[in-house]
Amino acid sequence: MITLTHFLVVSACIFCIGLYAILAKRNAIMILVGIELMINAAILNFVAFGKYDKLHYGGQIFALFAIVLAAAAVAVGLAIILNVYRHYKTINPDHITDLRD
Amino acid sequence: MEELLFYAFAALAISSALLVVSLKNTARALFLFFVTLFAMAGLFLFALADFVAITQILVYVGGVLILMIFAFMLSNKELLKDLQSTSSRFIAMPNIQSLLLSIAFLALMTYGIIAWQQQTPEWIMQNIKMNQVIQPTDNNISQLGVKFMTYYILPFEVISIFLLMALIGASQLSRKEGDE
Repeated sequence: MITLTHFLVVSACIFCIGLYAILAKRNAIMILVGIELMINAAILNFVAFGKYDKLHYGGQIFALFAIVLAAAAVAVGLAIILNVYRHYKTINPDHITDLRD
Repeated sequence: MEELLFYAFAALAISSALLVVSLKNTARALFLFFVTLFAMAGLFLFALADFVAITQILVYVGGVLILMIFAFMLSNKELLKDLQSTSSRFIAMPNIQSLLLSIAFLALMTYGIIAWQQQTPEWIMQNIKMNQVIQPTDNNISQLGVKFMTYYILPFEVISIFLLMALIGASQLSRKEGDE
């Protein structure tokens, strides 16, 4: 029998791996991957709780919404990263220090 | 059997995610991210969310990851060179502060989950009592379609407009400067 706790522990592990990627990586694309991992952990939680809601299917529907939000975030984020690279010639977030030209 | 498969998928997801964040080569890490996403889709199936699993594969693996790899490979050659670090080690040394912080966060969350385990929320108990739990034999996809078009019509429309806005914004941002 797979209980809710199994899903929660797995998604906590995935979330913390994503957190580590965001904190430790010095490459904007890998930071984006870390954000994706965290969103995926959240989707796993949505789906695991949604199993107990047959009336409105809230968990699964909001999991789908979260997938759409993540796709939009990646599209805009990659466009911004490419622009930043064109301007600064680096994608290390530590070296991108000023907002104006 | 079911537990065995669940543990296999969970181990696959966690270990491949660990490898993704610890590999030095970004191209390798991105390709390995495929495995993580597939394993996560497999985990969704165990929560009886078949449509979400299919959408995960279609949108993430087919869209997001391909977009990342395209952006990675179509961009300048220096981008690739910049990412190769000076040391030739296959796996990057863990950054000790961030490792400490994420392990502490994991411990906190695990403690919270274990403490929470004794008291299941009211609505879950109620739904189990009223037999409102999704069964493996249910027809999820048609139910999801009906709910999208009736109960969740407003969030659905909002997210459609949002997606359109994000796509227009992304294409505007990635336009080359100078061509009017």
